[in-house]
Amino acid sequence: MSDAPLLSIRDLTVEFGGAPALRGISLDVHPGEAVGMVGESGCGKSVTWLAALGLLPRTARTRGSVTLQGEEMLGARPSRLDHLRGGRVAMIFQDPASSLNPVQRIGRQIAEALTLHQGMTGATARAEAKRLLDQVGMPDAQRRLDAYPHELSGGQNQRVMIAMALAGRPELLVADEPTTALDVTIQAQILDLLQALRRERNMALVLITHDLGVVAENCERVAVMYAGRIVEEAPVAQLFDAPAHPYTQGLLDALPPLYGERGPLAAIPGGVPEPWAMPPGCAFAPRCARARPTCTFQVPALTRLRGPHRAACLLAQPVLELA
Amino acid sequence: MLRFLASRLFRAALTIAMVVTFAFIVLRLSGDPAQIIMGADAPPEAVVAFRAAWGLDDPLWQQYFRYFAAILNGDLGRSMRDGRDAIDLVAERIPATLALTIPALFIKLALGIPAGVVAALHRNSFIDRAVMALAVAGFTVPSFVLGLLLVLVFAVQLGWLPSGGQESWRHAILPVITLGVGGAAVLARFTRSAMLEVLGQSYIRTASAKGVPWGAVVRNHALPNAAIPTVTIVGFMVGSLIAGAVVVESVFSWPGVGRLLVVAVANRDLAVVQCILLLVAATMVVSNLVVDLLYGVLDPRLRAAPQGAH
Ligand SMILES: Nc1ncnc2c1ncn2[C@@H]1O[C@H](COP(=O)(O)OP(=O)(O)O)[C@@H](O)[C@H]1O
Ligand code: SF4
Ligand SMILES: [Mg+2]
Repeated sequence: MSDAPLLSIRDLTVEFGGAPALRGISLDVHPGEAVGMVGESGCGKSVTWLAALGLLPRTARTRGSVTLQGEEMLGARPSRLDHLRGGRVAMIFQDPASSLNPVQRIGRQIAEALTLHQGMTGATARAEAKRLLDQVGMPDAQRRLDAYPHELSGGQNQRVMIAMALAGRPELLVADEPTTALDVTIQAQILDLLQALRRERNMALVLITHDLGVVAENCERVAVMYAGRIVEEAPVAQLFDAPAHPYTQGLLDALPPLYGERGPLAAIPGGVPEPWAMPPGCAFAPRCARARPTCTFQVPALTRLRGPHRAACLLAQPVLELA
Repeated sequence: MLRFLASRLFRAALTIAMVVTFAFIVLRLSGDPAQIIMGADAPPEAVVAFRAAWGLDDPLWQQYFRYFAAILNGDLGRSMRDGRDAIDLVAERIPATLALTIPALFIKLALGIPAGVVAALHRNSFIDRAVMALAVAGFTVPSFVLGLLLVLVFAVQLGWLPSGGQESWRHAILPVITLGVGGAAVLARFTRSAMLEVLGQSYIRTASAKGVPWGAVVRNHALPNAAIPTVTIVGFMVGSLIAGAVVVESVFSWPGVGRLLVVAVANRDLAVVQCILLLVAATMVVSNLVVDLLYGVLDPRLRAAPQGAH
């Protein structure tokens, strides 16, 4: 983890029609590392990575810097970006069924990525597509090459998405809530698959989820997002042992003590503020049980607490280092 | 599949039967053909004789069943004006109409689809706004107004082209343009919204995320999906090849099916009107069937599920 980062995000901001969706994100991902991104729906997890890969609609106004081993990705030439996307950084999405082209056979969709990034065509690409489908645990892969997405289950479609992502041999895979749309049993299988592939290929993984439990089982480091900012960032063990931000504590309280039914965020009343109605001061203040008067006008900066542990709360002080 | 086809065919036949029935009723209730054809000054005995000859004195339901039975035997009746078979009268007009509507269809496709695609790809840009402004103009201006305008400019003022008639191919230019422009406008708007819908889909983002260059995303992923809804409206245009030129044929005195229809309605020439309506309904229904089959080709989700899927 002391090695140079694979990908660095610095001061990334995104606005949609003047409303700030991201308000300054900085994050490093190191080679081979698994980073979790958590936060309730609407916190900006997806926008962060869509912006990093230049996948947002033109209505989005993106600023800051995203470098891949020193190479700037924001505003890169389209041809260069197409080379990096899928080739070095791949991304899969929440709803696998609608993420695949409904009128194209999946074999062809995988082969397209193989052609772009490995120069394979025809029978070679088809054979490699089959091998990838085998590798992601698709039953009866040879026959599935000719299937259309609607003929497969949600879990199978997500396996296709993963196979397609692997086609370019990426160094980083960004998985945006890859299991949210799937059945519980399938969820575990897909997460296990991602773990196995990551180890095999020494590929870094960014796992976006709203479930801290998933992060605990699958990630080494975690960034907690709230209202377009990272509010806490730490190695997983440290975050679970000593959460510094009241929002993180709320997310942890919402987890069941042991495995079982996961309820809504009963521990935190209220909802995420909309981008056009950001509170001044700490964005979490309206929902924070420990808020003080200063919280309503002073914006807490992301501060280093102990080692790699950072948090953005006026109550979280580096003083902890002395403890 | 066979059951699907059978049910589609049954529905098609039902549609045609309903059109025929509707036309029959409306025509019989909207004036006495004998009086109109013979003229207001005709001696009453002549009118009575005419009615008897054409069976117009029989109860309506008898006329209806006689008419329907004849259709089933392939007999579409005769013109009350000159006694010729209605189907012959109509058939000899079809080439003239197609000479306008087929070139116009190509104009619609060649202008409308690219314009809609380009507008969608440059959403909210100057190009998009220009295309959409033209499209709105193109389909809000009624075709007789556009036709008269073109005549005024290119025939009367500039004298480049004839204003009416069918003597040469040059006579076809203005009516074809008049027909084509309106349809192209409709198609441009439709294609644009189909493209915008598709471009917002998740699989387009997936294609970009895997490194497909934008041009290839549009060609390989957006266009094949946007084609599916667009086929509906193109099918509708193909279905109106016969009946879609009524107004334009009248404006340009073009002796096609549309003009025949206008004259036959004015004369209450029942058999001819019904023959044309039957033909129009049949083309519509056939093009609808073709559209449904095309859907199956373009969209695998609408094909019969293969064995073992799901
Ligand atoms: N294309 C868009 N246009 C306008 N606003 C958007 C768009 N995409 C996302 N947003 C807004 O940005 C914020 C962050 O969204 P997102 O990153 O999708 O949240 P999540 O953390 O659930 O992934 C939300 O308030 C959302 O409404
Ligand atoms: S800064 Fe204040 S309002 Fe914000 S999380 Fe900390 S205590 Fe709560
Ligand atoms: Mg999201």
